[in-house]
Amino acid sequence: MGIISAIGNNVAENYASLIAGKKGISRISQIDTVHKDDIMVGEIADTNAVLEKQLGFAENEVSRTVLIGCIAANEAILNAGITDINDARTGMISGTTVGGMDKSEQYFYDYFDRPEVRQHITGLHAGDSTKKIAAHLGLEESFVTTISTACSSAANAIMLGARMIKSGQLDRAIVGGTDCLSKFTINGFKTLLILSDTYSSPFDEERKGLNLGEAAAYLVLESDALVQKEAKKVLGYVTGYGNANDAYHQTASSEHGDGAVLAMGKALKTAGLQPSDIDYVNAHGTATPNNDLSEGRALIRLFGKNVPEFSSTKASTGHTLAAAGGVEAVYSVLALQNDTIFPNLNYKTPMTEFDLEPITEVTKKPLRHVLSNSFGFGGNCSTLIFSKDKSLA
Amino acid sequence: MSELKQELKEKIIEQLNLEDVAIEEIKDTDPLFGEGLGLDSIDALELIVMLDKDYGIKLADPKQGKSIFESVETMAVYIKEHRSR
Amino acid sequence: MPVYINSIGSVSAQRTFDNSIFLEEIVRYTDTVLEIITPNYKDYIPPAAARRMAKGIKMSTVSAKTAMTEAGMEEDEIDAIIVGTGLGCIGDSEKFVSDILDNDEQFLTPTRFIQSSHNTVAGQIALGMGCMGHNFTYVHSAISFESAVLDAKMLLENGEAKHILVGGVDELVDHHVNTHRLIGHIKQEPVETMSVLKSGTKGAIFSEGAHFFTLSSEKRPSCYAELLAVKTLNTLGENQVSGKTRSFLSENGIEPDAVDVIILGYNGDAEFDGYYDTLANALFKDAVQVYFKHLSGEFDTASGFGFWLGNKILKEQTIPDAVRMNSVATNSPKTVLIYNQYRGENHSLTLLRKC
Repeated sequence: MGIISAIGNNVAENYASLIAGKKGISRISQIDTVHKDDIMVGEIADTNAVLEKQLGFAENEVSRTVLIGCIAANEAILNAGITDINDARTGMISGTTVGGMDKSEQYFYDYFDRPEVRQHITGLHAGDSTKKIAAHLGLEESFVTTISTACSSAANAIMLGARMIKSGQLDRAIVGGTDCLSKFTINGFKTLLILSDTYSSPFDEERKGLNLGEAAAYLVLESDALVQKEAKKVLGYVTGYGNANDAYHQTASSEHGDGAVLAMGKALKTAGLQPSDIDYVNAHGTATPNNDLSEGRALIRLFGKNVPEFSSTKASTGHTLAAAGGVEAVYSVLALQNDTIFPNLNYKTPMTEFDLEPITEVTKKPLRHVLSNSFGFGGNCSTLIFSKDKSLA
Repeated sequence: MSELKQELKEKIIEQLNLEDVAIEEIKDTDPLFGEGLGLDSIDALELIVMLDKDYGIKLADPKQGKSIFESVETMAVYIKEHRSR
Repeated sequence: MPVYINSIGSVSAQRTFDNSIFLEEIVRYTDTVLEIITPNYKDYIPPAAARRMAKGIKMSTVSAKTAMTEAGMEEDEIDAIIVGTGLGCIGDSEKFVSDILDNDEQFLTPTRFIQSSHNTVAGQIALGMGCMGHNFTYVHSAISFESAVLDAKMLLENGEAKHILVGGVDELVDHHVNTHRLIGHIKQEPVETMSVLKSGTKGAIFSEGAHFFTLSSEKRPSCYAELLAVKTLNTLGENQVSGKTRSFLSENGIEPDAVDVIILGYNGDAEFDGYYDTLANALFKDAVQVYFKHLSGEFDTASGFGFWLGNKILKEQTIPDAVRMNSVATNSPKTVLIYNQYRGENHSLTLLRKC
C-alpha cells in the first residue's frame, strides 16, 4: 500500500504521525482563496513543483490530483513487490471527486488565449486522473476505471476491486483514491456551512464542522492464487464490504443512520462476522454536527451496548473526500499490523445525544478485524472490513 | 414593510425556482418550510446566501435560520432590523 | 446466472424518448454539436421535484422511468442503481466555477455544488425511489457506461441483486464545447448527419443523452436481450483490435462468424475511425455492420445509445436503414457485438444475444 497525506509522504511517515498524535491541519498555503483566514485544511506539504520533479512530469503537465495519486500508487506497487505490472491480469480502480478541477478552475477563462495551458482541458474528466496514473504505472490493455461517489469513492473502489478478484475477473487490483484541494471544494463545502474555522473535533459536543484535506492512497489487492504463486507476504485481507444508500437527503445523513446501518450490516454478512468480532472502528467521523450524530446512532443500532473502540482519524488528516476511504483503509491495515488504535484528536466533550466516546490516546490492543466507514453525498454509505487473518473470518 | 414582503416573495420564487408558484399564493404568515411552501434544508442555505448578498446580513450558524425563515413576515421583520444594505 | 436486459429508455438527439418508433424517421442535422430532443419533462417529473434538477438529472429521470414502466418494474423491486457518466451534471459544475471566479468566491449557493457531485444522478434517482441498495457511479470517459454494466452483471451473477437500474448520462454544455473546439476534439465544419462517415475531417460531433436499462437475473415478457459479456481496455493499438476481439469472443465461446450484427462506434473522426475499420474490413466484413454516432453524436456515454440500438435490433429483429453501413442481409439477428473507443483510448466490447 501507498499513501501521501497531510501527515506524511509515505506509509511510514503516516504511521509515525498517527502514533505521535500529530495533526496535519494548518492554514492553507498553496491555494489563493479569500477564505484562507476562515478555514483550516490538511494540506500536503510538497508543492506541485517538488512532486513534478520527483515523478518526472514536466512543469504544469498534470493536475495535483494526478501528482499525489502517482506518488501513492508508486509506493503501493513498490511495497507489493511488483516488478512487472502486466504479468497478471491487473486492473486499476480509483476514486476521485475533483479530478483535475484544480487546473480547470485556474485556467477556466485562460484556455481561450493561452494555448500553453490547454493540456488541462481534458483533465476536467475525473477519469482523466486515473488514466494518467495508470499510464505512469505502465498499465496497458487493462481494466482501468474511476468511481465517483463523493466521499465514499475510494472505499467503493476497494470494494469493486475485491469483488472483481472474487469473481475471477482480475488477479490483481490497484485500488484507492486521490483528491487534491481546490477552490471548488473549499467553496462548495463553504456554501453548505459545514467547514470548521478551527481544528475539527470529531464526535465532540462542540464540533463545528470539518477540515478539508488532500490525499492519495492505494492498496494492491491480489487473488489467493497470485499470492501463493509469488509467495508474497500479505498485509491484511479485505473480508467484508457493503454499500447502501441512505435515500434520505442529497447531502445530509439520515437522523438515525439508516444507510450506515445497512452498509455495516452488509459488510459483516460478506465477511461472515458478528458485530462482536469487530475490534476497532475507523469511523467516517467528519466532525460535522450531522455526520457524527447519525454515525454514532448507527453504531449503537448495530453494536448495541457494545460499541467497539472507535476513532476518526480525520482530525489528523482533514477530510480528504474521495481519497478518505483509501487513506483510512491504509490506516486500518496499519492498525491490524501494529495492534494499535489511532487517536481521535481534539476530542474534549461527550455528545449529549449518546454516551459514546472515541479513543483519544494511542491504544495497544490485539486486533483481528477493523471496520472502516465512508459516507458521501447522494446518500452513499460504504463499509469495509479488514482482517489480520483470513481464516478468522 | 409590505414592499419588502412583496420583494421577498419575488426573490424566493426566483431564487428557489418555484416556477409554479404565484406571488399571491404566498401569504405573509404561511410557513415556508414543511407544510406551506414545502422548502427544505438546501433552500434554507439558499436563503442564507440571499440575506448576505441582498441585505448584507451574515448568518454563521444555519440553525439561526430556523426562526428567521418561518414565514415571509418573520423574514421581513428580521431583515428590517438587521439589514446593512 | 444469465443476465437479461428487460427494458430500455433513451433520451437522445433522435426522437427515442417515447420508445414507440425505431429510427424509422430520423432527425437530420447539419452541425457540429447536437442537443437532445427534449421530452415534456412535466409528463414525467412533478414541478416541485424538478425545480432544482439539472438537465442531466431530468433526462435521466425520463429515461429511467421509461425503462421502469416498460419492464413493469415496481420501485421497490430495484436492488441497485448504477450510473456511468463522463462528466456528471457538468452544466452546474461549470456554473459553480464561473460563479467562484466572477464573484471572487462570494455569494455562492449550494445547489450547483450539490449537483456537481458526479453521483448526483444515481443519488437523486435512489432518493426519488427510496432505493437503499448498492448505488455506484462510474466516471471514466468512454467506458463510464460499460463500467456500470459490468458492475451490474457481476452483482446479478453473484446473486447479490435481482433487478438493477443501469444507465449512462452526459450533458452538452457551452464551456465544455468551446474549450473542446480549441483542441480540435470537435469538428470545425458542420457535417450533415448522413455524411458523417465521409467527412474526412478530424474531431467529432458532440452531443448528449441519457440511456437507462433494467438488468435482471429474471426474464420478463418485455425482454430485449441477454447480456453475455462486457470487457473494457484502457489502451489498445489499432493493430491489436482484431486479436483482442477474437480472444474476447472465444472466452465467451462464440466464433466470429456467429456475430450477426457488429455495432461500431464510428464518429467520423478521420484520425481515429481506423480502429473500427480493422474490424469492418476483416473480421466482420460479412456481418451486418451498423453505426450510430451520426445519429446520437459523440459523448462519454454515447455507447449507451449503441447498447440501446443493439437491444432494439434483437427485439424488433429489424435493422433500420439509417444505421446500416453495408447491405448484408439478415433474417433473424441473434448475436450482436458492440465495439467502441474514443480517441484511441478506453475500448469496450459488449456482447448481446437474442432472448
